[in-house]
Amino acid sequence: MTNDFWPTLYVFVLASFIGLGVIRRVSRLLHTPLMSLTNAISAIAVVGAILVTGAEGSPLHIRVLGAIALFASMANIVSGFLITDRMLKMFKTDTRGDGGHR
Amino acid sequence: MIAGATQFAYLVASALFIFALHWMNTPATARKGVYAGVAGTTIAVIATWAQPSVSHHLWIIIAIAAGFLVGVPLSRVPLTAVPQRTALSHAFGGAAAGLVGTAEFYLHVSEGPEYLTPFRMIALIAEVILGYLTFTGSLMAAGKLQEVKWVPQRPVTYPGQNVVNLALLAAAIALAAAITVSPAAPWARLAFPAIVALALLFGVLLIIPIGGADMPTVIAILNSYAGLSAVAMGFVLDNRLLITAGALDGSSGLILAIIMCKAMNRSFTNVLFGAFGQVQQAKAAGEQQVYKSETPEGAAQILQQASLVVIIPGYGMAVAQAQHKVRELYDQLKKRGTTVKFAIHPVAGRMPGHMNVLLAEADIPYTDLVEMDDINLDMPQADVALVVGANDVVNPAARSDKSSPIYGMPIIDADKARTVFAIKRSKNPGFAGIDNALYFSDHTWMLFGDAKAVIGELVKELAGGAGMH
Repeated sequence: MTNDFWPTLYVFVLASFIGLGVIRRVSRLLHTPLMSLTNAISAIAVVGAILVTGAEGSPLHIRVLGAIALFASMANIVSGFLITDRMLKMFKTDTRGDGGHR
Repeated sequence: MIAGATQFAYLVASALFIFALHWMNTPATARKGVYAGVAGTTIAVIATWAQPSVSHHLWIIIAIAAGFLVGVPLSRVPLTAVPQRTALSHAFGGAAAGLVGTAEFYLHVSEGPEYLTPFRMIALIAEVILGYLTFTGSLMAAGKLQEVKWVPQRPVTYPGQNVVNLALLAAAIALAAAITVSPAAPWARLAFPAIVALALLFGVLLIIPIGGADMPTVIAILNSYAGLSAVAMGFVLDNRLLITAGALDGSSGLILAIIMCKAMNRSFTNVLFGAFGQVQQAKAAGEQQVYKSETPEGAAQILQQASLVVIIPGYGMAVAQAQHKVRELYDQLKKRGTTVKFAIHPVAGRMPGHMNVLLAEADIPYTDLVEMDDINLDMPQADVALVVGANDVVNPAARSDKSSPIYGMPIIDADKARTVFAIKRSKNPGFAGIDNALYFSDHTWMLFGDAKAVIGELVKELAGGAGMH
C-alpha cells in the first residue's frame, strides 16, 4: 500500500500540465465563466462526500460531516454549471434582429 | 467487475472535464463545455453512488436535495454579484474538502489507524488545512465584495502582521508533522481540531489586509487552493478522478492569478503580504490641481463628430449597473456609423473577465470587446475615450511617475485619445486611493455624476440631436 502513491502523483503532475496547456488557450473573454465552470468541476469532491456519507456502519457524526460536505459540493455543482451556462448564453457575435431575449 | 466499471466511469468523466475546458477556448463552443462538464459530473456521481460500499441512501438524498435548493437560487444572482457568488462557491468547495478530511480522519483513527500511512496523513492534513483556510478566506472575500457591514472594506494592517500569520502557519505545520508521525496517539484527537482552528483563523487573517483592487488576484488564488484541496482529497481516497479534476481547477486558478498579477505588475507575495492602499496617503496634499468638467450636452456634441469611440469600463460601471445604458449609447453611436470599441483591462472589475460578462449581458457583441494590448495600438486614432467608472487602469502615472504605487502596471492608454471624457461619481480618488493624472490632462473633461444617469443623458442628447443632421 505504501508504494501506491507513485501512480497517483504521476496522475497529478500530468493532469496539471494538461490543465496549464488547456487553460492557457481559454478565451480571455470567458475568464469569469471559466472560473465558475472549474468551480463546478472541482466540486467533484462530491465523490468523496458520497463515500463518507453512504458508507455502511459509519457512526452518526461522520455521516453528518459527510452530508454537510455533500450538500456544499452539490450546491457548487448545481449553481456552477447553471450560472456558467447562463453567462455563456449571453456571448453573441452580432445582436441585430435578435431582440435580446435569448 | 463493479470496481472496473467504476474506474471506467471515472476515466470517462476525467476526459469529459478536459474537453469541457478545451471548449472554453472560444465563445462559439463554450456551451458545449458546460454540457461536457455536466455529463462528466453526472457519470461520476452515479458510478460512485452505485458502489456496493455505499449502502446508506437517506442522508445522501437529503443532502443532494438541499444542494439543489441552495444551488439553483445561487445561480440566478444578478451578474454584478458574480464575484461574491464565485468567492462563496470557493468557500463551499473548501468546506467540503475540509469536512471530508475531518470525517476520514476520525473514521480511520477509531477503526483502523494502519490505513493512515504517513503519505495519506500528509495528504489528509494538506486537504484539511487548504480546505478550511479556503473556507474562511473565501467567506471574508465574499463579505468584502458584498460589502457586508461587519467585514472591513479597507485593508486592515498592523505591525508584525506577516510574522503573526507565518507563526500561525508554522504552528499548524508543526502540529501536522507530529500528527503524521503518530496519528493513533491519544493526543492526536485533540491536536487535529487545533490544526482545524489554526487553518480557519489563518484564512481570515490572510484576507483582512487585502483591498478591493486586489480582489481579482485573490479570488483566482482561492480558486487554486480549492482545486488543490480536492487534489489532496484524491490522494487520501486514492481517487484519480478527484486528482485530475482538482489539478485542472488548481492550474486554472494559478494561470488566472498569474495573468492578474502581470496586469498589475506585482508578484504573488506582494499581493498576499503587501497590504496595498496604505502608503500613498501622504502625497495627496501636494499641488492643487483642477478638474475641467463638461456637461452632457457638450460631450454629446463631441461624440457626434467622432468616428472612433473607445469606451473603457471599470468597476464603477458595475456598481452603477450602467451596462444597459452603455448599450443604448453604443446603439446611438453605431446608428451614426461611428465605430465603437470597448477596452478591457484584465483587472477591471472585481474578478477576472468581470467586464466582459456585464457587457455581454447588455447584448454587446463580444467581437467589440478588445483586450488591452490590442486596443492600445488603436488609441492614438481614437477621437474620444470614454472612461466609465474605471480609474487606476487608465492612470498614466503608471507609465511615468516612479513614486506612484501603481508604477509599472500596464494601463489602457486613454490619454492618447484626442478627447477624454471621464465619468466619475465624486471627486474622491479611486479604490487604490491614488490621484489620477489622466483627470488633470488638458484634453480630459470630467462628467460628474452617477454613471447610469450621465450616460442616460448622453443617450438623450444624441437621440434628440439625430434630426439635426
